[in-house]
Amino acid sequence: MRYFMAGKLKVGLFSFSCCEDSSIVFVELLNDHYKEWLPLVDFKYARIMKTKNDPTDLDVAFVEGAIANERDRQKVLDIRKNSKKVVAIGACACNGQPAGQRNMFDPETKKEIQFIVDKFKMMDKVLSVPEVIPVDDQVAGCPMDEKRFIAVLEKYLVEFGIKK
Amino acid sequence: MHQDFDINLEHITKIEGHADLSLKVRQGEVEDVELKITENKRFYSQAVRGKPALNVAQLVSRICGTCSIAHLTCCLEAVENALKVEPSEQTKILRKLTTYGMYIRDHAMHLYMFSLPDVFKKDSIIEMADSHPELVDQAFQVKAAGNNMSKMVAGRAVHSTLPMVGGFAKVPDKEGAAKTVAELKAAREHLFQLMQIFKDCDFKFERETRYVCSGNKDYSYLGDEIISSEGVPVPKTHYLWHLQRVIIPYSTSTGFQFRGKEFMVGSLPRMNLKKDSLHKDTRRDATSYISLFPSKDIYNNNLAQAVETLHAIDHSIELLETTEFKPEKPVEVKEKSGTGVAAIEAPRGTLYYHIEIENSNVKEVELVIPTAQNQVNMGFDIKKLVEENIDRPKEEIEFEIEKLIRAYDPCMSCATHFLKVKWT
Repeated sequence: MRYFMAGKLKVGLFSFSCCEDSSIVFVELLNDHYKEWLPLVDFKYARIMKTKNDPTDLDVAFVEGAIANERDRQKVLDIRKNSKKVVAIGACACNGQPAGQRNMFDPETKKEIQFIVDKFKMMDKVLSVPEVIPVDDQVAGCPMDEKRFIAVLEKYLVEFGIKK
Repeated sequence: MHQDFDINLEHITKIEGHADLSLKVRQGEVEDVELKITENKRFYSQAVRGKPALNVAQLVSRICGTCSIAHLTCCLEAVENALKVEPSEQTKILRKLTTYGMYIRDHAMHLYMFSLPDVFKKDSIIEMADSHPELVDQAFQVKAAGNNMSKMVAGRAVHSTLPMVGGFAKVPDKEGAAKTVAELKAAREHLFQLMQIFKDCDFKFERETRYVCSGNKDYSYLGDEIISSEGVPVPKTHYLWHLQRVIIPYSTSTGFQFRGKEFMVGSLPRMNLKKDSLHKDTRRDATSYISLFPSKDIYNNNLAQAVETLHAIDHSIELLETTEFKPEKPVEVKEKSGTGVAAIEAPRGTLYYHIEIENSNVKEVELVIPTAQNQVNMGFDIKKLVEENIDRPKEEIEFEIEKLIRAYDPCMSCATHFLKVKWT
Protein backbone atom coordinates (compact mmCIF):
# COMPACT_ATOMS: atom_id res chain seq x y z
CA MET A 1 0.00 0.00 0.00
CA ARG A 2 1.27 3.48 -0.90
CA TYR A 3 0.35 6.53 1.11
CA PHE A 4 1.47 9.24 -1.39
CA MET A 5 2.09 12.15 0.90
CA ALA A 6 3.86 15.25 -0.15
CA GLY A 7 6.99 16.39 1.62
CA LYS A 8 9.09 14.38 4.00
CA LEU A 9 8.68 11.08 5.81
CA LYS A 10 7.70 11.97 9.39
CA VAL A 11 9.87 9.81 11.63
CA GLY A 12 10.20 9.29 15.39
CA LEU A 13 13.10 7.60 17.19
CA PHE A 14 12.14 6.36 20.68
CA SER A 15 14.12 4.48 23.29
CA PHE A 16 13.08 2.50 26.34
CA SER A 17 14.98 0.02 28.52
CA CYS A 18 18.23 -0.67 26.68
CA CYS A 19 21.78 0.59 26.16
CA GLU A 20 20.77 2.77 23.17
CA ASP A 21 23.24 0.99 20.91
CA SER A 22 20.83 1.15 17.97
CA SER A 23 20.45 4.91 18.47
CA ILE A 24 24.24 5.12 18.28
CA VAL A 25 24.29 3.00 15.12
CA PHE A 26 21.64 5.33 13.65
CA VAL A 27 23.71 8.41 14.57
CA GLU A 28 26.73 6.78 12.91
CA LEU A 29 24.71 5.88 9.79
CA LEU A 30 24.13 9.61 9.41
CA ASN A 31 27.88 9.96 8.71
CA ASP A 32 27.37 8.49 5.25
CA HIS A 33 23.67 9.17 4.70
CA TYR A 34 22.73 12.53 6.20
CA LYS A 35 22.90 14.46 2.93
CA GLU A 36 20.63 11.92 1.32
CA TRP A 37 18.20 11.56 4.27
CA LEU A 38 17.75 15.11 5.57
CA PRO A 39 15.82 16.32 2.49
CA LEU A 40 13.59 13.23 2.67
CA VAL A 41 13.07 12.68 6.40
CA ASP A 42 11.54 14.95 9.04
CA PHE A 43 12.89 13.72 12.37
CA LYS A 44 9.89 14.90 14.41
CA TYR A 45 10.91 13.05 17.55
CA ALA A 46 14.54 12.13 18.32
CA ARG A 47 15.59 13.14 21.83
CA ILE A 48 19.15 12.08 21.22
CA MET A 49 19.38 14.87 18.62
CA LYS A 50 16.75 17.49 19.40
CA THR A 51 15.24 19.49 22.26
CA LYS A 52 11.91 20.26 20.56
CA ASN A 53 10.18 16.97 19.87
CA ASP A 54 6.70 16.15 18.63
CA PRO A 55 5.53 12.53 19.01
CA THR A 56 2.22 13.01 17.15
CA ASP A 57 1.21 12.28 13.56
CA LEU A 58 4.19 10.12 12.64
CA ASP A 59 4.56 8.05 9.50
CA VAL A 60 7.14 5.70 11.00
CA ALA A 61 8.18 5.24 14.63
CA PHE A 62 11.42 3.37 15.28
CA VAL A 63 11.30 1.95 18.81
CA GLU A 64 14.39 0.77 20.66
CA GLY A 65 14.48 -1.04 24.00
CA ALA A 66 12.31 -3.36 26.06
CA ILE A 67 9.28 -2.32 28.11
CA ALA A 68 9.94 -2.64 31.84
CA ASN A 69 7.43 -0.39 33.61
CA GLU A 70 3.87 0.87 33.29
CA ARG A 71 4.89 4.40 32.29
CA ASP A 72 6.82 3.03 29.31
CA ARG A 73 3.98 0.63 28.43
CA GLN A 74 1.60 3.57 28.19
CA LYS A 75 4.09 5.51 26.10
CA VAL A 76 4.53 2.70 23.60
CA LEU A 77 0.72 2.35 23.34
CA ASP A 78 0.60 6.08 22.52
CA ILE A 79 3.35 5.65 19.92
CA ARG A 80 1.25 2.97 18.23
CA LYS A 81 -1.77 5.33 18.15
CA ASN A 82 0.29 8.21 16.78
CA SER A 83 2.21 6.30 14.08
CA LYS A 84 1.13 4.71 10.83
CA LYS A 85 4.01 2.24 11.02
CA VAL A 86 6.00 1.02 14.01
CA VAL A 87 9.39 -0.67 13.65
CA ALA A 88 11.10 -2.43 16.57
CA ILE A 89 14.89 -1.92 16.36
CA GLY A 90 17.58 -3.87 18.21
CA ALA A 91 17.46 -7.04 20.28
CA CYS A 92 15.88 -5.50 23.41
CA ALA A 93 12.89 -4.17 21.44
CA CYS A 94 12.53 -7.23 19.19
CA ASN A 95 12.83 -9.99 21.79
CA GLY A 96 13.17 -8.25 25.15
CA GLN A 97 16.77 -9.32 25.78
CA PRO A 98 19.26 -8.62 27.25
CA ALA A 99 17.36 -5.76 28.97
CA GLY A 100 14.91 -8.33 30.33
CA GLN A 101 17.46 -10.77 31.69
CA ARG A 102 15.82 -10.54 35.12
CA ASN A 103 12.92 -12.56 33.64
CA MET A 104 15.24 -15.57 33.68
CA PHE A 105 16.78 -15.13 37.14
CA ASP A 106 16.42 -17.98 39.62
CA PRO A 107 13.99 -17.46 42.53
CA GLU A 108 16.79 -16.47 44.93
CA THR A 109 18.13 -13.73 42.63
CA LYS A 110 14.60 -12.53 41.89
CA LYS A 111 14.05 -12.20 45.64
CA GLU A 112 17.30 -10.20 45.93
CA ILE A 113 16.19 -7.59 43.38
CA GLN A 114 12.49 -7.50 44.28
CA PHE A 115 12.82 -4.38 46.47
CA ILE A 116 14.15 -2.42 43.49
CA VAL A 117 11.42 -3.78 41.20
CA ASP A 118 8.88 -2.63 43.79
CA LYS A 119 10.51 0.72 44.60
CA PHE A 120 10.70 1.86 40.97
CA LYS A 121 7.32 0.33 40.08
CA MET A 122 8.72 -1.97 37.43
CA MET A 123 6.54 -4.64 35.84
CA ASP A 124 7.01 -8.22 37.08
CA LYS A 125 8.14 -9.28 33.61
CA VAL A 126 10.07 -7.23 31.06
CA LEU A 127 8.30 -7.32 27.67
CA SER A 128 9.49 -7.00 24.10
CA VAL A 129 7.78 -4.31 22.02
CA PRO A 130 5.79 -6.86 19.95
CA GLU A 131 4.44 -8.28 23.23
CA VAL A 132 2.85 -4.88 23.93
CA ILE A 133 1.79 -3.58 20.52
CA PRO A 134 1.62 -4.94 16.97
CA VAL A 135 4.71 -3.91 14.98
CA ASP A 136 5.03 -3.62 11.21
CA ASP A 137 8.71 -4.45 10.92
CA GLN A 138 11.64 -5.57 13.04
CA VAL A 139 15.34 -4.74 12.66
CA ALA A 140 17.03 -7.38 14.78
CA GLY A 141 20.60 -7.41 16.04
CA CYS A 142 22.57 -6.26 19.05
CA PRO A 143 23.06 -3.52 17.94
CA MET A 144 20.54 -3.44 15.08
CA ASP A 145 21.77 -4.54 11.67
CA GLU A 146 22.75 -1.45 9.66
CA LYS A 147 21.83 -2.81 6.23
CA ARG A 148 18.43 -4.04 7.40
CA PHE A 149 17.67 -0.63 8.94
CA ILE A 150 18.54 1.14 5.68
CA ALA A 151 16.38 -1.33 3.73
CA VAL A 152 13.36 -0.72 6.02
CA LEU A 153 13.76 3.07 5.84
CA GLU A 154 14.08 2.89 2.05
CA LYS A 155 10.97 0.71 1.86
CA TYR A 156 8.90 3.30 3.75
CA LEU A 157 10.33 6.22 1.76
CA VAL A 158 8.90 4.51 -1.33
CA GLU A 159 5.70 3.31 0.32
CA PHE A 160 4.86 6.81 1.56
CA GLY A 161 5.60 8.29 -1.87
CA ILE A 162 8.60 10.33 -0.72
CA LYS A 163 11.00 8.52 -3.02
CA LYS A 164 10.27 6.73 -6.28
CA MET B 1 11.97 37.54 40.86
CA HIS B 2 12.35 35.97 44.34
CA GLN B 3 9.08 34.13 44.16
CA ASP B 4 8.27 30.52 44.67
CA PHE B 5 8.48 28.29 41.64
CA ASP B 6 9.22 24.69 40.69
CA ILE B 7 11.25 23.37 37.80
CA ASN B 8 10.46 19.94 36.40
CA LEU B 9 12.39 18.80 33.36
CA GLU B 10 11.18 15.48 32.05
CA HIS B 11 13.58 13.49 29.89
CA ILE B 12 16.50 15.86 29.38
CA THR B 13 17.44 15.93 25.69
CA LYS B 14 20.69 15.56 23.75
CA ILE B 15 22.29 13.33 26.35
CA GLU B 16 22.83 9.60 26.34
CA GLY B 17 19.95 7.87 28.14
CA HIS B 18 17.07 8.98 30.35
CA ALA B 19 17.10 11.53 33.18
CA ASP B 20 14.66 13.98 34.77
CA LEU B 21 15.32 16.94 37.01
CA SER B 22 13.18 18.65 39.60
CA LEU B 23 13.90 21.44 42.05
CA LYS B 24 12.01 23.94 44.15
CA VAL B 25 12.66 27.60 44.79
CA ARG B 26 11.10 28.92 47.98
CA GLN B 27 11.53 32.55 49.01
CA GLY B 28 14.51 32.89 46.72
CA GLU B 29 16.24 29.78 48.09
CA VAL B 30 16.92 26.72 45.93
CA GLU B 31 15.67 23.55 47.62
CA ASP B 32 15.49 19.87 46.81
CA VAL B 33 17.59 19.62 43.65
CA GLU B 34 16.80 16.13 42.39
CA LEU B 35 18.64 14.90 39.31
CA LYS B 36 16.79 11.67 38.70
CA ILE B 37 18.38 9.07 36.53
CA THR B 38 15.32 7.21 35.32
CA GLU B 39 16.93 4.41 33.36
CA ASN B 40 15.32 1.09 34.11
CA LYS B 41 17.71 -1.20 35.86
CA ARG B 42 18.79 -4.10 33.70
CA PHE B 43 20.51 -5.95 36.56
CA TYR B 44 23.83 -6.76 34.93
CA SER B 45 25.47 -7.12 38.35
CA GLN B 46 23.26 -10.14 39.00
CA ALA B 47 23.15 -11.41 35.41
CA VAL B 48 26.93 -11.88 35.15
CA ARG B 49 27.08 -14.33 38.06
CA GLY B 50 27.92 -17.84 36.94
CA LYS B 51 28.77 -16.78 33.39
CA PRO B 52 32.07 -18.06 31.89
CA ALA B 53 34.77 -15.53 32.78
CA LEU B 54 36.28 -15.61 29.32
CA ASN B 55 32.97 -14.53 27.72
CA VAL B 56 31.59 -12.10 30.27
CA ALA B 57 33.08 -9.00 28.60
CA GLN B 58 30.73 -9.45 25.64
CA LEU B 59 27.75 -9.35 28.01
CA VAL B 60 28.82 -6.24 29.97
CA SER B 61 29.53 -4.47 26.68
CA ARG B 62 25.71 -4.28 26.47
CA ILE B 63 25.57 -2.02 29.53
CA CYS B 64 26.19 0.96 27.27
CA GLY B 65 25.77 1.64 23.56
CA THR B 66 28.05 4.63 23.19
CA CYS B 67 30.88 3.52 25.48
CA SER B 68 30.55 -0.25 25.01
CA ILE B 69 34.25 -0.42 24.16
CA ALA B 70 35.11 1.03 27.58
CA HIS B 71 33.10 -1.67 29.38
CA LEU B 72 34.44 -4.41 27.12
CA THR B 73 38.07 -3.34 27.53
CA CYS B 74 37.89 -2.70 31.27
CA CYS B 75 36.22 -6.07 31.88
CA LEU B 76 38.83 -7.90 29.75
CA GLU B 77 41.60 -6.24 31.75
CA ALA B 78 39.96 -7.14 35.08
CA VAL B 79 39.55 -10.79 34.00
CA GLU B 80 43.20 -10.87 32.85
CA ASN B 81 44.26 -9.30 36.13
CA ALA B 82 42.31 -11.96 38.07
CA LEU B 83 43.65 -14.88 36.02
CA LYS B 84 47.24 -13.58 35.77
CA VAL B 85 47.20 -13.13 31.99
CA GLU B 86 49.70 -10.65 30.60
CA PRO B 87 48.65 -9.47 27.12
CA SER B 88 51.31 -8.85 24.44
CA GLU B 89 52.61 -5.40 23.52
CA GLN B 90 50.72 -5.68 20.23
CA THR B 91 47.47 -6.35 22.12
CA LYS B 92 48.07 -3.28 24.28
CA ILE B 93 48.52 -1.18 21.13
CA LEU B 94 45.36 -2.61 19.58
CA ARG B 95 43.43 -1.79 22.78
CA LYS B 96 44.71 1.77 22.67
CA LEU B 97 43.52 2.07 19.06
CA THR B 98 40.14 0.52 19.90
CA THR B 99 39.56 2.95 22.74
CA TYR B 100 40.85 5.92 20.74
CA GLY B 101 38.29 5.10 18.03
CA MET B 102 35.61 5.26 20.72
CA TYR B 103 36.95 8.57 22.06
CA ILE B 104 36.92 10.19 18.63
CA ARG B 105 33.41 8.96 17.78
CA ASP B 106 31.93 9.58 21.22
CA HIS B 107 33.50 13.00 21.88
CA ALA B 108 32.59 14.12 18.34
CA MET B 109 28.97 13.06 18.91
CA HIS B 110 28.82 15.05 22.12
CA LEU B 111 30.61 18.12 20.82
CA TYR B 112 29.06 18.46 17.38
CA MET B 113 25.59 16.98 17.97
CA PHE B 114 24.82 17.81 21.61
CA SER B 115 26.88 20.93 22.48
CA LEU B 116 27.33 22.95 19.27
CA PRO B 117 23.56 23.50 18.86
CA ASP B 118 23.68 25.23 22.29
CA VAL B 119 26.55 27.44 21.12
CA PHE B 120 24.74 28.50 17.94
CA LYS B 121 21.31 28.65 19.64
CA LYS B 122 19.89 25.94 17.40
CA ASP B 123 17.62 23.10 18.37
CA SER B 124 19.73 20.43 16.71
CA ILE B 125 22.51 19.63 14.29
CA ILE B 126 19.74 19.23 11.68
CA GLU B 127 19.02 22.97 11.88
CA MET B 128 22.76 23.64 11.64
CA ALA B 129 22.79 21.88 8.26
CA ASP B 130 21.26 25.11 6.86
CA SER B 131 23.16 27.67 8.94
CA HIS B 132 26.57 25.95 9.27
CA PRO B 133 26.80 23.35 6.47
CA GLU B 134 30.59 23.22 6.55
CA LEU B 135 30.66 22.41 10.28
CA VAL B 136 28.03 19.72 9.83
CA ASP B 137 30.13 18.11 7.10
CA GLN B 138 33.10 18.20 9.46
CA ALA B 139 31.05 16.70 12.29
CA PHE B 140 30.17 13.61 10.30
CA GLN B 141 33.68 13.30 8.89
CA VAL B 142 35.31 13.34 12.35
CA LYS B 143 32.74 10.95 13.77
CA ALA B 144 33.21 8.60 10.82
CA ALA B 145 37.00 8.55 11.27
CA GLY B 146 36.58 7.26 14.84
CA ASN B 147 33.75 4.89 13.98
CA ASN B 148 35.66 3.39 11.05
CA MET B 149 38.86 2.99 13.09
CA SER B 150 36.99 1.01 15.76
CA LYS B 151 35.44 -1.16 13.04
CA MET B 152 38.84 -1.73 11.43
CA VAL B 153 40.63 -2.66 14.68
CA ALA B 154 37.85 -4.20 16.78
CA GLY B 155 35.37 -5.56 14.22
CA ARG B 156 32.52 -3.25 15.22
CA ALA B 157 32.33 0.18 16.85
CA VAL B 158 29.43 -0.88 19.09
CA HIS B 159 29.73 -4.22 20.91
CA SER B 160 33.04 -5.04 19.22
CA THR B 161 33.64 -8.63 18.19
CA LEU B 162 37.43 -9.02 17.95
CA PRO B 163 38.82 -8.10 21.43
CA MET B 164 39.11 -11.09 23.77
CA VAL B 165 40.89 -12.20 26.94
CA GLY B 166 44.61 -12.39 26.08
CA GLY B 167 44.48 -10.80 22.64
CA PHE B 168 42.52 -10.06 19.48
CA ALA B 169 40.79 -12.58 17.21
CA LYS B 170 42.24 -10.79 14.16
CA VAL B 171 44.78 -8.03 13.54
CA PRO B 172 44.49 -5.08 11.11
CA ASP B 173 45.85 -5.46 7.58
CA LYS B 174 48.05 -2.86 5.91
CA GLU B 175 45.33 -1.59 3.58
CA GLY B 176 42.92 -1.02 6.45
CA ALA B 177 45.56 0.75 8.54
CA ALA B 178 46.55 3.04 5.63
CA LYS B 179 42.93 3.96 4.88
CA THR B 180 42.35 4.73 8.57
CA VAL B 181 45.44 6.95 8.75
CA ALA B 182 44.21 8.94 5.73
CA GLU B 183 40.79 9.44 7.34
CA LEU B 184 42.35 10.48 10.66
CA LYS B 185 44.61 13.01 8.95
CA ALA B 186 41.64 14.55 7.11
CA ALA B 187 39.61 14.69 10.33
CA ARG B 188 42.55 16.22 12.25
CA GLU B 189 42.31 19.47 10.31
CA HIS B 190 38.73 20.03 11.48
CA LEU B 191 39.61 19.88 15.18
CA PHE B 192 41.24 23.31 15.16
CA GLN B 193 38.04 25.10 14.16
CA LEU B 194 36.17 23.10 16.79
CA MET B 195 38.65 23.99 19.55
CA GLN B 196 38.49 27.66 18.53
CA ILE B 197 34.67 27.67 18.73
CA PHE B 198 34.73 26.30 22.28
CA LYS B 199 37.57 28.64 23.26
CA ASP B 200 35.60 31.65 21.97
CA CYS B 201 32.32 30.48 23.49
CA ASP B 202 31.18 32.75 26.34
CA PHE B 203 29.54 30.00 28.45
CA LYS B 204 31.03 30.08 31.94
CA PHE B 205 30.26 28.36 35.23
CA GLU B 206 32.77 27.87 38.04
CA ARG B 207 32.54 26.17 41.42
CA GLU B 208 35.28 24.79 43.63
CA THR B 209 35.41 21.01 43.48
CA ARG B 210 37.84 18.10 43.32
CA TYR B 211 39.13 16.43 40.15
CA VAL B 212 39.98 12.74 39.84
CA CYS B 213 41.25 10.53 37.01
CA SER B 214 43.50 7.56 36.45
CA GLY B 215 47.01 8.22 35.30
CA ASN B 216 49.58 6.71 32.96
CA LYS B 217 52.48 7.84 30.82
CA ASP B 218 50.83 8.49 27.46
CA TYR B 219 47.30 9.77 28.16
CA SER B 220 45.87 6.52 26.76
CA TYR B 221 43.00 4.54 28.23
CA LEU B 222 44.71 2.35 30.80
CA GLY B 223 44.88 3.58 34.37
CA ASP B 224 47.82 2.44 36.45
CA GLU B 225 47.04 4.64 39.43
CA ILE B 226 44.41 7.13 40.61
CA ILE B 227 45.50 10.76 40.61
CA SER B 228 43.54 13.68 42.00
CA SER B 229 43.67 17.37 42.80
CA GLU B 230 43.87 16.23 46.43
CA GLY B 231 47.51 15.13 46.25
CA VAL B 232 49.32 11.81 46.40
CA PRO B 233 48.45 9.20 43.72
CA VAL B 234 47.04 5.89 44.96
CA PRO B 235 47.15 2.42 43.36
CA LYS B 236 44.01 1.58 41.36
CA THR B 237 43.41 -1.48 43.55
CA HIS B 238 42.71 0.90 46.45
CA TYR B 239 39.89 2.74 44.74
CA LEU B 240 37.21 1.56 47.15
CA TRP B 241 39.13 3.06 50.06
CA HIS B 242 38.75 6.49 48.51
CA LEU B 243 35.33 6.34 46.85
CA GLN B 244 32.27 6.34 49.07
CA ARG B 245 28.80 5.51 47.81
CA VAL B 246 26.04 8.02 48.33
CA ILE B 247 22.51 6.66 48.23
CA ILE B 248 20.22 8.85 46.12
CA PRO B 249 16.73 7.64 46.99
CA TYR B 250 14.91 9.18 43.99
CA SER B 251 17.39 7.99 41.33
CA THR B 252 18.07 4.54 39.89
CA SER B 253 21.77 5.34 40.22
CA THR B 254 23.92 5.74 43.32
CA GLY B 255 26.33 8.65 43.63
CA PHE B 256 29.89 8.77 44.91
CA GLN B 257 32.14 10.97 47.00
CA PHE B 258 35.94 11.03 46.91
CA ARG B 259 37.36 11.03 50.42
CA GLY B 260 34.05 12.33 51.73
CA LYS B 261 33.50 15.17 49.27
CA GLU B 262 31.92 15.65 45.85
CA PHE B 263 34.24 15.42 42.85
CA MET B 264 34.33 15.28 39.08
CA VAL B 265 35.71 12.76 36.58
CA GLY B 266 36.01 13.14 32.80
CA SER B 267 37.84 15.26 30.26
CA LEU B 268 38.16 18.43 32.35
CA PRO B 269 39.79 16.58 35.29
CA ARG B 270 42.10 14.70 32.91
CA MET B 271 43.24 17.92 31.24
CA ASN B 272 43.62 19.57 34.65
CA LEU B 273 45.70 16.72 36.05
CA LYS B 274 47.74 15.22 33.22
CA LYS B 275 47.85 17.50 30.17
CA ASP B 276 51.65 17.16 30.09
CA SER B 277 51.27 13.57 28.89
CA LEU B 278 49.28 14.52 25.74
CA HIS B 279 50.83 13.44 22.44
CA LYS B 280 53.74 15.64 21.31
CA ASP B 281 51.99 16.69 18.08
CA THR B 282 48.90 17.73 20.04
CA ARG B 283 51.04 19.75 22.47
CA ARG B 284 52.88 21.38 19.55
CA ASP B 285 49.79 22.38 17.54
CA ALA B 286 47.21 23.09 20.25
CA THR B 287 49.32 25.09 22.73
CA SER B 288 46.95 28.04 22.90
CA TYR B 289 44.05 25.77 23.88
CA ILE B 290 45.97 23.52 26.26
CA SER B 291 47.32 26.54 28.13
CA LEU B 292 43.76 27.31 29.34
CA PHE B 293 44.03 24.31 31.70
CA PRO B 294 43.84 23.79 34.63
CA SER B 295 40.37 25.31 34.64
CA LYS B 296 37.39 25.33 37.02
CA ASP B 297 34.93 26.22 34.27
CA ILE B 298 32.67 23.23 33.60
CA TYR B 299 32.14 24.45 30.02
CA ASN B 300 35.84 23.89 29.42
CA ASN B 301 34.91 20.20 29.58
CA ASN B 302 33.85 20.76 25.95
CA LEU B 303 37.22 22.27 25.00
CA ALA B 304 38.97 19.49 26.93
CA GLN B 305 37.06 16.89 24.90
CA ALA B 306 38.08 18.61 21.66
CA VAL B 307 41.77 18.58 22.70
CA GLU B 308 41.45 14.91 23.69
CA THR B 309 39.97 14.11 20.28
CA LEU B 310 43.04 15.67 18.66
CA HIS B 311 45.28 13.65 20.98
CA ALA B 312 43.41 10.43 20.13
CA ILE B 313 43.93 11.15 16.43
CA ASP B 314 47.62 12.02 16.81
CA HIS B 315 48.49 9.01 18.96
CA SER B 316 46.50 6.68 16.68
CA ILE B 317 48.30 7.95 13.58
CA GLU B 318 51.67 7.32 15.24
CA LEU B 319 50.68 3.83 16.43
CA LEU B 320 49.28 2.83 13.02
CA GLU B 321 52.29 4.20 11.12
CA THR B 322 54.93 2.63 13.34
CA THR B 323 53.44 -0.79 14.12
CA GLU B 324 53.67 -3.83 11.88
CA PHE B 325 50.79 -5.99 13.00
CA LYS B 326 51.42 -9.73 12.99
CA PRO B 327 48.88 -12.50 13.62
CA GLU B 328 49.37 -13.93 17.11
CA LYS B 329 47.50 -16.40 19.25
CA PRO B 330 45.77 -15.08 22.37
CA VAL B 331 47.73 -15.70 25.58
CA GLU B 332 46.79 -19.05 27.07
CA VAL B 333 44.73 -18.83 30.25
CA LYS B 334 45.97 -21.26 32.89
CA GLU B 335 44.44 -19.99 36.13
CA LYS B 336 40.81 -20.76 36.91
CA SER B 337 40.18 -18.57 39.97
CA GLY B 338 41.23 -15.17 41.24
CA THR B 339 40.26 -11.58 41.93
CA GLY B 340 41.11 -8.72 39.58
CA VAL B 341 40.75 -4.95 39.34
CA ALA B 342 40.95 -2.71 36.30
CA ALA B 343 40.53 1.03 35.89
CA ILE B 344 40.32 2.69 32.51
CA GLU B 345 39.54 6.17 31.34
CA ALA B 346 36.21 5.95 29.54
CA PRO B 347 35.28 9.10 27.56
CA ARG B 348 33.26 10.39 30.52
CA GLY B 349 35.75 9.47 33.25
CA THR B 350 37.26 6.66 35.24
CA LEU B 351 35.55 3.29 34.99
CA TYR B 352 36.42 0.61 37.57
CA TYR B 353 35.80 -3.14 37.34
CA HIS B 354 36.37 -5.48 40.25
CA ILE B 355 35.79 -9.13 39.39
CA GLU B 356 35.86 -12.38 41.37
CA ILE B 357 36.28 -15.59 39.39
CA GLU B 358 35.83 -19.12 40.75
CA ASN B 359 36.42 -22.27 38.66
CA SER B 360 36.44 -20.22 35.43
CA ASN B 361 33.03 -18.67 36.17
CA VAL B 362 32.17 -15.20 37.43
CA LYS B 363 31.29 -15.05 41.11
CA GLU B 364 30.76 -11.29 41.46
CA VAL B 365 31.44 -8.16 39.44
CA GLU B 366 31.40 -4.69 40.93
CA LEU B 367 31.68 -1.69 38.66
CA VAL B 368 31.89 2.04 39.32
CA ILE B 369 30.57 4.21 36.50
CA PRO B 370 31.80 7.73 35.59
CA THR B 371 28.37 9.39 35.46
CA ALA B 372 27.48 7.94 38.88
CA GLN B 373 30.68 9.49 40.25
CA ASN B 374 29.68 12.87 38.83
CA GLN B 375 26.11 12.79 40.04
CA VAL B 376 26.67 14.46 43.43
CA ASN B 377 28.86 17.16 41.87
CA MET B 378 26.24 17.89 39.20
CA GLY B 379 23.61 18.41 41.89
CA PHE B 380 25.74 21.01 43.70
CA ASP B 381 26.50 22.74 40.37
CA ILE B 382 22.82 22.92 39.42
CA LYS B 383 21.95 24.43 42.82
CA LYS B 384 24.58 27.15 42.46
CA LEU B 385 23.64 27.79 38.82
CA VAL B 386 19.98 28.35 39.71
CA GLU B 387 20.95 30.59 42.65
CA GLU B 388 23.06 32.72 40.30
CA ASN B 389 20.29 32.97 37.70
CA ILE B 390 17.29 33.17 39.99
CA ASP B 391 16.05 36.51 38.61
CA ARG B 392 15.94 35.30 35.01
CA PRO B 393 12.78 33.91 33.37
CA LYS B 394 12.08 30.29 34.22
CA GLU B 395 12.51 29.11 30.60
CA GLU B 396 16.00 30.60 30.51
CA ILE B 397 16.91 28.93 33.81
CA GLU B 398 15.68 25.60 32.42
CA PHE B 399 17.80 26.04 29.31
CA GLU B 400 20.85 26.91 31.43
CA ILE B 401 20.33 23.77 33.54
CA GLU B 402 20.09 21.52 30.47
CA LYS B 403 23.16 23.21 28.97
CA LEU B 404 25.15 22.62 32.15
CA ILE B 405 24.11 18.97 32.36
CA ARG B 406 25.04 18.48 28.70
CA ALA B 407 28.50 19.94 29.38
CA TYR B 408 29.13 16.97 31.69
CA ASP B 409 28.25 14.65 28.81
CA PRO B 410 26.46 12.27 31.18
CA CYS B 411 25.67 8.71 30.16
CA MET B 412 22.54 7.56 31.94
CA SER B 413 22.47 4.06 30.37
CA CYS B 414 25.66 3.29 32.26
CA ALA B 415 24.82 5.04 35.48
CA THR B 416 22.29 2.65 36.94
CA HIS B 417 24.63 -0.20 37.68
CA PHE B 418 25.60 -1.04 41.20
CA LEU B 419 25.88 -3.87 43.64
CA LYS B 420 25.11 -4.49 47.27
CA VAL B 421 23.24 -1.26 47.85
CA LYS B 422 20.03 -1.01 49.81
CA TRP B 423 17.71 1.95 49.83
CA THR B 424 15.95 2.66 53.08
